[in-house]
Amino acid sequence: MIKFFLMVNKQGQTRLSRYYEHIEIHKRTMLEAEVIKNCLSRSKDQCSFVEYKDFKLVYRQYAALFVVVGINETENEMAVYELIHNFVEVLDKYFSRVSELDVSFLLSESHLYISFWCIFQLIMELIAVNHTLEFTFDGNR
Amino acid sequence: MPAPIRLRELIRTIRTARTQAEEREMIQKECAAIRSSFREEDNTYRCRNVAKLLYMHMLGYPAHFGQLECLKLIASQKFTDKRIGYLGAMLLLDERQDVHLLMTNCIKNDLNHSTQYVQGLALCTLGCMGSSEMCRDLAGEVEKLLKTSNSYLRKKAALCAVHVIRKVPELMEMFLPATKNLLNEKNHGVLHTSVVLLTEMCERSPDMLAHFRKNEKLVPQLVRILKNLIMSGYSPEHDVSGISDPFLQVRILRLLRILGRNDDDSSEAMNDILAQVATNTETSKNVGNAILYETVLTIMDIKSESGLRVLAINILGRFLLNNDKNIRYVALTSLLKTVQTDHNAVQRHRSTIVDCLKDLDVSIKRRAMELSFALVNGNNVRGMMKELLYFLDSCEPEFKADCASGIFLAAEKYAPSKRWHIDTIMRVLTTAGSYVRDDAVPNLIQLITNSVEMHAYTVQRLYKAILGDYSQQPLVQVASWCIGEYGDLLVSGQCEEEEPIQVTEDEVLDILESVLISNMSASVTRGYALTAIMKLSTRFTCTVNRIKKVVSIYGSSIDVELQQRAVEYNALFKKYDHMRPALLERMPVMEKVTTNGPTEIVQTNGETETAVLETKPPHSGLQPGSQANDLLDLLGGNDITPVIPTAPTSKPASAGGELLDLLGDLNLTGSPVSAPAPQISQPPFLLDGLSSQPLFNDIAAGIPSITAYNKNGLKIDFSFERSNTNPSVTVITIQASNSTELDMTDFVFQAAVPKVELLRATTVMGRGPAASTS
Repeated sequence: MIKFFLMVNKQGQTRLSRYYEHIEIHKRTMLEAEVIKNCLSRSKDQCSFVEYKDFKLVYRQYAALFVVVGINETENEMAVYELIHNFVEVLDKYFSRVSELDVSFLLSESHLYISFWCIFQLIMELIAVNHTLEFTFDGNR
Repeated sequence: MPAPIRLRELIRTIRTARTQAEEREMIQKECAAIRSSFREEDNTYRCRNVAKLLYMHMLGYPAHFGQLECLKLIASQKFTDKRIGYLGAMLLLDERQDVHLLMTNCIKNDLNHSTQYVQGLALCTLGCMGSSEMCRDLAGEVEKLLKTSNSYLRKKAALCAVHVIRKVPELMEMFLPATKNLLNEKNHGVLHTSVVLLTEMCERSPDMLAHFRKNEKLVPQLVRILKNLIMSGYSPEHDVSGISDPFLQVRILRLLRILGRNDDDSSEAMNDILAQVATNTETSKNVGNAILYETVLTIMDIKSESGLRVLAINILGRFLLNNDKNIRYVALTSLLKTVQTDHNAVQRHRSTIVDCLKDLDVSIKRRAMELSFALVNGNNVRGMMKELLYFLDSCEPEFKADCASGIFLAAEKYAPSKRWHIDTIMRVLTTAGSYVRDDAVPNLIQLITNSVEMHAYTVQRLYKAILGDYSQQPLVQVASWCIGEYGDLLVSGQCEEEEPIQVTEDEVLDILESVLISNMSASVTRGYALTAIMKLSTRFTCTVNRIKKVVSIYGSSIDVELQQRAVEYNALFKKYDHMRPALLERMPVMEKVTTNGPTEIVQTNGETETAVLETKPPHSGLQPGSQANDLLDLLGGNDITPVIPTAPTSKPASAGGELLDLLGDLNLTGSPVSAPAPQISQPPFLLDGLSSQPLFNDIAAGIPSITAYNKNGLKIDFSFERSNTNPSVTVITIQASNSTELDMTDFVFQAAVPKVELLRATTVMGRGPAASTS
């Protein structure tokens, strides 16, 4: 089960966060800081799966942004690794060459993506990269 | 009031903040603006404000005042408002807030809305944060939506159903009829979520699982879908790096795993498809490897045929050789899971696993270490130990404690010779001395006493080890103990195994004294050293005066423990000099204590036992507290072998007196203290035994049987024998005989054992003692 989904940059600023379990708000910031510290201290050729407290982190680095997903042991780590990549590819297609700024500015859209993807800790479906999205955006931006 | 700024402006402003304080200030200002805007009930800009609030919430600032606003947004008719409102509800609300119940009606209306997007939003939100009351109310609607033909809605409804089931398991049956045709869909989204729903149902309820196996013929359906996925050509909609919808494949494999577990028929039905997936999947990309990983896990879990299992282990072996760290990690994790069942197959990959110990990556090292310990057996123990000791030398501190305990355990089980065992433990103590667990010291001491022929060698090696460096406490403790015990062997230079070194009595005392004085020594270590010096007074001949002096100095030490020991030793020198040799005699061989639990627990319980016993000093007036540690270790060790005390009860029965006498004679193991009707509290028999006799265990394998109770015509005999098959089990046979003329009825047998013991009672023969029979 997915516990949380984070996109954090190298300075520790959270660009996107989605928690599937109730965690106190000040604990969240602490958690994010620790997680990013963990990921930053690893070198490039090290394993992408880190054991942290009682769950695992699967992380992937894209330029200056880290996408980190916290999972428990029932989940297939490599599938989650692929999921992260898929997610970034979709964002890329949608925002046309997405960058970190896009993610933070178009926060609500990114959030809604994740909602449609992972309702309550489960991967819902593969939104294929070439497939147009069913979701249309209109109105106030 | 000017229009509130947009979210983008806010983000831009916050980005310009250079310090945390500036950012906080900006956010607070904006929060105030938002709050006043909320108070004005401004409909047009509410959406914007809530979006900003969500951003601030993500950064970590409190945003609870926006909860009600989210509700208002949800109730509005505009889609954009609803969208932000639902998002806000998902992020800010959960079942702990009372406000969330107000949403129920809104969601209900939206579930029946004409636009599918609105329905979708409502389903999403319900699936994310619905509480059990909400789920109960709305489950019917969800079930209805599960049956629609609109695939967009169907997949969301399926996931929402999963959440409902999690919250309210009783509603599971409600969704059962809807699942019948879920797998007939073409749309992969629906397929995926249906598989998730089925997985959840099967995991939660074994009845459901049985139902799906038999009635629904789920396995053939899943096999068909999986086959289509693999066989179908390139489909742009579902393609990820050349493989068609890998996420769905992984999900199906997981469901197959649950269905096939412990079930032969299902496992047979899926053998072919698993073999097909395992051989046909492309491994050049990560995606393929993910699918193979899931396949391997499934093969291991179900009752697959042996050919398939071998295939799985080979795949794992291939993973291990791969350069990609992720794959190696995953392979090590799975091998750890399978090593219990397929031990031999995993052994083949032992050398690769041992190589992984040298990897730079922390996660891989940990896995490799655990796996290596699982693979140690009688044949490879020497080689493996060498590698593991090398690993212990070079690994990070967080591993050292686990590694040290692992090495001890493995060495204990598979040591090829005593000398090797002692060498190994010494090596661990010298390299990772400060990380070993506390019970390693008594374990090692017991091991040393048991290997009688190695005493000289051991003490010599230990002496050499602490000559250079006496900072590692466990090592110093063991060394002091040994020198105290076998100092005479050391001085006389009798070692056969190694080149004997020339040591004088003074040199030995020097080293012990420096341990005593050193700042690095812990209090416990000093205690060991002082006791050792004392013991040497009987073993050494020319330096007794020196020993007396040392002991008397510490009579005024600040450390209470040392002071007590020193004072008692002094007393020993002065008043009880005639008893000194007997008291400080060489330790007898401690019988190797085995229980049903791992040895560590034995010893620590031994320690706690000693703690208990130490509090009963009055009986042992003559007993110098000095030997307390060591002697009571011995006692603790003995105590563990099966004893059956009863639960402490209210009245000490009349039979109690007899038992105490009995036990005073008997001198320990197998001292049973149970009687059927009058229950007897456990007497402090050990100490009785202590003061009267030397504590030896001439415990032969046979233990004499005793008469536990003989009164009023009822005689109860206990006879003991060690089970041949398992020496840690003692079989106690209880014979009750009735020598009166009347029948005794309601014969109740009760027994209680301390937690270390395991008591298994077999059937009683004969109903109750009839007259004059047994």
